[in-house]
Amino acid sequence: MGQYFQQEIETASRDYLRAIQSARLIQMVKNCYENVAFYKEKFDAIGLLPGDIHSIDDIPKLPFTTKQDLRDTYPFGLFAVPKDRLVRIHASSGTTGKQTVVGYTQDDVLHWSEGAARALVAAGATKEDYIHVSYGYGLFTGGLGLHYGAELLGATAIPVSSGNTKRQVQILQDFGSNFLCCTPSYAMFIGETVAEMGIDPKTLPLRGGIFGAEPWTDNMRKEIERLLDIKAHDIYGLSEIAGPGVSYDCDAFDGLHVCEDYFYPEIVDPETGDPLPDGTFGELVFTCIGKEALPLVRYRTRDISALTHEHCSCGRTLVRMAKPRGRTDDMLIIRGVNVFPSQVEHVILEQGLEPNYQIVVERIDNLDVMTVLVELSDAMFSDSMAAVEAEERRLQNAMLSTLGVSTKIQLVDPRSLPRSEGKAVRVIDKRGVTQYNVH
Amino acid sequence: MAIQQISVFIENKAGRLAEILTILAEAGQDIRAFSVAEKAEFGILRLIVHDPDAAIAELKSKGFTAKKTDVLGILIEDETGASVKAIQLLSAAGINVEYTFAFVMPQNRLAFLLLRVADNDTATKLLEENAIRTANHADVF
Repeated sequence: MGQYFQQEIETASRDYLRAIQSARLIQMVKNCYENVAFYKEKFDAIGLLPGDIHSIDDIPKLPFTTKQDLRDTYPFGLFAVPKDRLVRIHASSGTTGKQTVVGYTQDDVLHWSEGAARALVAAGATKEDYIHVSYGYGLFTGGLGLHYGAELLGATAIPVSSGNTKRQVQILQDFGSNFLCCTPSYAMFIGETVAEMGIDPKTLPLRGGIFGAEPWTDNMRKEIERLLDIKAHDIYGLSEIAGPGVSYDCDAFDGLHVCEDYFYPEIVDPETGDPLPDGTFGELVFTCIGKEALPLVRYRTRDISALTHEHCSCGRTLVRMAKPRGRTDDMLIIRGVNVFPSQVEHVILEQGLEPNYQIVVERIDNLDVMTVLVELSDAMFSDSMAAVEAEERRLQNAMLSTLGVSTKIQLVDPRSLPRSEGKAVRVIDKRGVTQYNVH
Repeated sequence: MAIQQISVFIENKAGRLAEILTILAEAGQDIRAFSVAEKAEFGILRLIVHDPDAAIAELKSKGFTAKKTDVLGILIEDETGASVKAIQLLSAAGINVEYTFAFVMPQNRLAFLLLRVADNDTATKLLEENAIRTANHADVF
C-alpha cells in the first residue's frame, strides 16, 4: 500500500480538503448563477444569492438537480460555458428515448482523467504499464474515461474497445497488457475465453483490473481474480458527474474513495431530501464543485449508498462510499447500459402495441440477457413464420435503437401478462445482484 | 379454388396444443389435417377444419390468436411423381411455395397436397392448364 497518483490530495488533511471544497463551491455557484438560466431561476425562486454560500457547509441550502432537469433542458440547456470552451460531449440513455447529454471543458476532461488515474494507481498501475481498455469507446464514457486516465498517468493505453474476445486475449498475450479495464461480466467472459484457449493465466503479464459500469458481487470479484490471476478493483462513476473515476477501490476493498475535491458527495433521505449522517444508507447526491461545462448542483444519482470518513488502512483521507446497494428508481443496467422500463414501454406504444409487457433479465454465460415479453397483437400474427419473425425483428430493432442495447423479443399470448392496474410486475431480474449507477 | 386454413399462435408451453385441439373437438369441429411450424419460443399451428370461421371465433373467445388464410389444395393422383410435377410447374413459373403439407382421405382413396403461395389465382390457373386438379374447401370434407 501507499501508492497514490496525487498524494497531496488523496491523503490531505480534512481541513485542507474542506478549504478546497469551499473555494470551489463558491466559484461553482457563481458560475451557475451567472451562466445557467435554469439555476438562476431556481436560486431566485428560493431567494438564494451566490453570496449566501460561504463554505462547503452551506451546501444543504442549494436546490437539488434531477435527471428530469437534464431531460427538460435537452440537449445543452445546463451547459455553463460557450461552445468555444467545450472540448467533449458524451451521452447516456435517458428514460424516454432522449439521451442525457453531458459536456466537458479541457479542465473538466483533465479532472475526470485525474479521477481515472487515481483509480488506476490505487489498483497498482504505474506509468510502466500497458492499460488494456475493453470498455466501449463512443458516447459512453467508459472507454475514453479510462483511456485518458491511463495517458495522464503516463502509462500506455491500448484502446481495444469491446468485442472480439479471442482478439482481446491475443492482445493480452502478445502485447503483454498489465491492467484490464472493462465491465466485470466482460472480464469474466475474457477469463473464460483465456481458459478455453488453453492459456494459463499465470503466464500472462496481467496484474490487475478495474471493473465498473455494472453491479457486481464479491463472489464475482473472486471469480475474476481466479480466472485471470489478478487483483480486481471496482470503479464508480456516472456521466452526469464525469464518468468512471468519480470513486474507486483501494487495496483495502472497504468502500470506494470519492474524488471529493471535484465531486462532492452527500447522502440524503430519498423522501425528504434531508442530509443523513455517516454510516446511514440513503440516496447518493453529487455536486460537481470542480466542473466548468456542466456544474450540476446536488445531482440526485438515485443510487443508494452510505459515506464514511473513518480512517482507511490505505492512507487515503478521501471519504469512502459503500458499494451502492440499489436504486431509488427502476433503472436496470444491461451490459453496462442504463435501461428504464419506461423506455421499453415507449417503444411498444410507438409500435402501435398495447403497453402490456414484461422484462426478464438474466445473466447467461456471464452476460446480461434482456428479454422483453410482448403480447402478440392480431395484426402481428400471420400463418407465415417468416412474417411473424419479421415482426419480432422490427420490434427488436426499435428496442435497440432506443435502448442502445440488444434485447430478445418473446411473443406471448394476448392478455397473458399481468395488467398495469395495481402493481404489475414489469421487471423480473434473475441476476441476483443489486443495481446501481454507471458512467 | 382454395381451401381455408386456420393458423393459431401457440406459445411454447406444455399442453398448449392439446388445449387447442380440445377446444376444437368440444366445438364439434372436424379436423382434416394440421401441421406445426415451430421455433424455440413459439409455434404456428395450421389446421384444416370444416367450419373455419366458427373455429376462429371459438379460439379467440378462449384467448388464442387465430387467422384464416386461403391455401392452394391439389388433388394428388395415385401415381409416382404426381406431387413433384405440381411443384416443378410452380417453381418453373417463379411461384414460391412458403410451406406445404399433405393429408389423405382414406375412405375416398384421395390424397391432397396443401401449398401456401402468394397468389392462389395465378397458381390455380397454371395447374389447371396442366391437368392438375385443385380442390376447394368442400372437396376435403
